[in-house]
Amino acid sequence: MTPRDPGTQGASAQSPSAQGLGSRALVMARIRRALADVPRAETPDEVPVERSYHRVHGDRNAARTVDLLAENLADYRAIVHRADAPSSLPALIARLLADRGATSVVVPPGLPEAWLSAVPDAVRRVPDTAELTPHDLDAVSSVVTGCAVAIAETGTVVLDAAPDQGRRRITLVPDHHICVIRVTDQVVDSVPEALERLDPARPLTWISGPSATSDIELDRVEGVHGPRTLEVILTGPESAGQSDQS
Amino acid sequence: MRVALFITCVNDTLYPRTGQAVVALLRRLGVDVGFPEAQSCCGQPQFNTGYRHETEPLMRRYAMAFRDYEYVVTPSGSCAAMVRDNYPRMGAKAAAEGRGQELADAAAEAVPKTYELTEFLTDVLKVTDVGAYYPHTVTYHPTCHGLRMLKLGDRPRSLLAAVRGLDLVELPGAEECCGFGGTFAVKNAAVSAAMGADKARNITATGAEAVCTLDNSCQLHIGGTLARQGSTVRPVHLAEILASTEGDVW
Amino acid sequence: MSGTHQATYLGMPAFPRAADASTRNTQLRANLRHATHIIRAKRATAVAELDDWSRLRAAGAAIKDRTLRHLDQYLERLESAVTAAGGQVHWAADADEANRIVTELVRATGEREVVKVKSMATQEIGLNGALATAGITAYETDLAELIVQLGDDLPSHILVPAIHRNRGEIRDIFTERMAQWGRPAPEGLTDAPADLAEAARLHLREKFLNAKVGISGANFMVAESGTLVVVESEGNGRMCLTLPETLISVVGIEKVVPTFQDLEVFLQLLPRSSTAERMNPYTSTWTGTTDADGPRTFHLVLLDNGRTDTLADTVGRQALRCIRCSACLNVCPVYERAGGHAYGSAYPGPIGAILTPQLRGTQSELDASLPYASSLCGACYEVCPVAIDIPEILVHLRERVVEGGPASVRGTRTVIKPAKGHAAERAAMRAARWALDHPRLLRTGQQLASRTRRFHPRRLPGPGRAWSDTRELPKVPEESFRDWWRRTGGGSGAGSGTEGRKTTT
Repeated sequence: MTPRDPGTQGASAQSPSAQGLGSRALVMARIRRALADVPRAETPDEVPVERSYHRVHGDRNAARTVDLLAENLADYRAIVHRADAPSSLPALIARLLADRGATSVVVPPGLPEAWLSAVPDAVRRVPDTAELTPHDLDAVSSVVTGCAVAIAETGTVVLDAAPDQGRRRITLVPDHHICVIRVTDQVVDSVPEALERLDPARPLTWISGPSATSDIELDRVEGVHGPRTLEVILTGPESAGQSDQS
Repeated sequence: MRVALFITCVNDTLYPRTGQAVVALLRRLGVDVGFPEAQSCCGQPQFNTGYRHETEPLMRRYAMAFRDYEYVVTPSGSCAAMVRDNYPRMGAKAAAEGRGQELADAAAEAVPKTYELTEFLTDVLKVTDVGAYYPHTVTYHPTCHGLRMLKLGDRPRSLLAAVRGLDLVELPGAEECCGFGGTFAVKNAAVSAAMGADKARNITATGAEAVCTLDNSCQLHIGGTLARQGSTVRPVHLAEILASTEGDVW
Repeated sequence: MSGTHQATYLGMPAFPRAADASTRNTQLRANLRHATHIIRAKRATAVAELDDWSRLRAAGAAIKDRTLRHLDQYLERLESAVTAAGGQVHWAADADEANRIVTELVRATGEREVVKVKSMATQEIGLNGALATAGITAYETDLAELIVQLGDDLPSHILVPAIHRNRGEIRDIFTERMAQWGRPAPEGLTDAPADLAEAARLHLREKFLNAKVGISGANFMVAESGTLVVVESEGNGRMCLTLPETLISVVGIEKVVPTFQDLEVFLQLLPRSSTAERMNPYTSTWTGTTDADGPRTFHLVLLDNGRTDTLADTVGRQALRCIRCSACLNVCPVYERAGGHAYGSAYPGPIGAILTPQLRGTQSELDASLPYASSLCGACYEVCPVAIDIPEILVHLRERVVEGGPASVRGTRTVIKPAKGHAAERAAMRAARWALDHPRLLRTGQQLASRTRRFHPRRLPGPGRAWSDTRELPKVPEESFRDWWRRTGGGSGAGSGTEGRKTTT
């Protein structure tokens, strides 16, 4: 099957697409009849949307924004570390993997080499390649990635599958995720600011704490299918230049 | 100012005391209140059950009965909300059905002059201390339409707080509906009764002597449930508390 | 597979009868009270953190209204964007067609098993049952959906379909049923929520890792970019959206929003209203297919199934703004006591009471009873993050039930007849209106009631029992207000205005 050729699927004997063509016209006609009250000349822009809500909640300097990010991440049970000095990042990552007893770690193709430089060779590096099956990933202890942007007000890191983050599945199947955020240029205050920076064409994963559920008596419990441990490293101003791989 | 009392059908028939209290209270505050006898029911029972067309004559009657008055004051949050929220909707629907502007005009006339009692006291007369005396422990249940449709906010509480001798105790879960809901009380009797039973238990648990509301229709349900539970808490309309004075305890 | 029995909402009784039974179920009442009260307080706190909540709410409503008024344009834009990004778009006029399309798509893969992300649209159309008939097993992967599926049960809540189950019941279901569907529950499973979550993790792990076909819904679809959004907590959504080779998303046509930036409103409104979080743990967005990352084939099935009928109603249309947060369920005193099953559809609570009779019509006894499943207290409207005036629509639909009138039925504008069974009520309403419109007659009636007050029974026969079974009847006063006013001139001249006051107690 050729994913980018919509015609392939529709060619089968009991073609859902062929059926759908009739239904497309039917549903469209229903919609237009249903909207008989809308003046023909009206354009969508003429329906007022007042965006008087805040771009950012509150008034903070950059340092306070990073503090808020750390607070909100921790509030949803992410473990937050600081690596203000650039030189401390490799040692910190190595220690976190060791504390966890990690024997293997998934490595996105564009992860800065320095980040894993202090991790002993005994910890197997598993490159993120297309051959990696879900079962393979399930056997890996940990994953280390960067991020696209982090949102202070909500305690969220957003991954956009860039080379330092890899494919979506590598931050999903392993039970331990270490995510590095550059505080100099990757932290924004709010959801509106984050969306401005993101490209909808890329697959995005917004992560706010480890996986959780409210399905038992509507009370929150951490740890279901996604990584049960999320460790976030906020790396300081000095490291910005060194870890910039773009 | 020409002020009319809209007594509401429930108060007229079952709770005349509440109407008498409004009259006494307003007179004490220097307001000469009239009672046009052409008035009847706002039509809420019909409207909320789905009988909009049966409601229209009652809406016309309301506009007609109070035509000569600047203010219409009613001791019912629910009936005031019916006029303010639903009369304009009825007018708009009738116009959309090609039946002209007559009902919309009637709504436009009725809406701005209609006040729930506590709104009239605090917003028009601008009083919160009405000189009342009521030496009892009272808990307050904010009825839904006053709370959420009229958005009465602090008005009833500020009036109660100024009553001498009154000890106001908090009602747990105060903002939850008592379960009356007009025909809901009989159409969904089981749920209505379950809601009422919980409300009544919360009221009794406050230890108050009386439960105060702005709607005797809700009180019909709350009081009836309290009585069936054997509770001694008595339902009282806010107007009766505010009408009460050292010389004339209600 | 012994577990493929499909529970169904078909043939369920009208709301009052179902609720009559559920209000007497003390375990259910306790479970619902506990859960809804927890989330109510948490939601209030989460919302109070944002001082611009009312503006976000207004913007959310306005964006949805803009979309709905120009839905045809936005759907065309969405379709071309999804197609350009490598997805395939299918249109389903009703539930049967959607089920046929999905079944064929799964068959074409040669697979007999699919993993599912919790989705209201697929609940609505009964997809699992349709797949089972075709010999395809659908595994629900959301924890609450899993509880429902293992228990041969029906969902009773939009966000937490197993809200009617407490931890002890969940433990029992897992212990007894997991083995029939796959990996059994761990020995000595406790009822601690963390242990139950761990049991679900272990049970579903193999299914995720082996899954070839995933089925989802979507919370939002972005017209300009063709991006779909799934908001979730557990990571089961991410599993289903990224590990399988084929992804099929069944989404109601009203889920489209114009622009990617519009998500800034909904990603603030939804989590705080739903799970009372600043942000839910995981949000996934995808646009068509991505080389080597995620499914190689993506199908989007756009579902009408009564939505265009809802769109045709200028009052009821606003129900299509719904973002399925379930805040209205959690604050609803009727839902709390009746439970979700009494609403007889995938959409329980206040939103269900206005959505189901619009999607399915008001002709069945159950659907005609739903608009009355409310005391019109307005708590639902107050918390709705997209400002759906649920009480207004309830009353609007009550009118459709008892008076009939113009409505759209499967895309055709028609005038429907009043629902059956309201003749006596209609006559009583008319008589009452007539009496109330003739105050002299009203006065005569009041006087008659006063004169006979000593003979009034404490309990009423017939339909009146619905009142007097649980509530004392009010005592009829000696005279009405009207008579008092006429007799005393409104007590005028006495200064206090209380002359001739007669007590009723």
